[in-house]
Amino acid sequence: MNRYRIAVHITPRRGILDPQGRTVADALHTLGFTDVRDVHVGRHIVVELDAKDESTARDATRAMCEKLLANPVTEDYEIASVEGDG
Amino acid sequence: MKFGIVTFPGSNCDYDAYQAVVEQLGETATYLWHKDHDLQGSDVIVLPGGFSYGDYLRAGAIARFSPIMADVVAHARRGGPVLGICNGFQIACEAGLLPGALLRNASLKYIAEFVRLRVENADTMFTNRYEKGEQLLIPIAHGDGRYTADEETLARLEGEGRVVFRYIGGPRDADEFWSPNGAMHAIAGIVNEAGNVLGMMPHPERAMDSLLGSADGVRVFESMLSRAGV
Repeated sequence: MNRYRIAVHITPRRGILDPQGRTVADALHTLGFTDVRDVHVGRHIVVELDAKDESTARDATRAMCEKLLANPVTEDYEIASVEGDG
Repeated sequence: MKFGIVTFPGSNCDYDAYQAVVEQLGETATYLWHKDHDLQGSDVIVLPGGFSYGDYLRAGAIARFSPIMADVVAHARRGGPVLGICNGFQIACEAGLLPGALLRNASLKYIAEFVRLRVENADTMFTNRYEKGEQLLIPIAHGDGRYTADEETLARLEGEGRVVFRYIGGPRDADEFWSPNGAMHAIAGIVNEAGNVLGMMPHPERAMDSLLGSADGVRVFESMLSRAGV
């Protein structure tokens, strides 16, 4: 077994009102970052797990996202990075 | 009629629900511990308000995996009544008993106030003691009450009369639909396809006595009794 450290990004699905993102975008505009078009505020989750190889670790993480980490009704997820000694 | 009220770690309206059932209705109620696998012969399951598991990850996301939820889901699939209030509505959505999700209020603020609702469907086991179109005064107290679903789901809910309560009022206190929390279609409460699971963000168990502001919530509970012929 190898140890993996997998980071997952979970963001509000496009098209669903994201009041946090909008508020942050407004604040950035106020600060002078006028080129900002949109901001999305989500969650960054880091899972450390043991798996026999990277592909198994990725599959397990995706299953975790489907079941618990992300809400399939309103959120999208992506595996942002995988670090491991495998 | 026996009401089983589930206590999750962080539930804080379980006692209110107990009071409503026992003191106001004169029915029996029992607390159900989330770690148990026993509904203790309850006819109705109440998923109460609160902040189960501190709203970690998403409101209701962890509570839905509490041991007792498997039994609650089985009870619902058998047609047993389930009343999800506030956090209970969020848990019911996370558990797949109801479609959609409750997201952070559009204002990003926690809202605790009396709101006006309109009864959109008085032909459910939870609303048969109301009149369709009747206006109610019932409090809300939540930070994550923005009902959200895709267009197809909303069309089905509307087409099948499953939107049970809608918010009305607003700053001008008009009789038009208005979402204090940004809920789509001003949805405050919905039922599942079979009609035996109601999820609502407002708290009927806190509107049981006009001395405390309103008694408009009483009939949610009375409706369940009359349907059962008690």
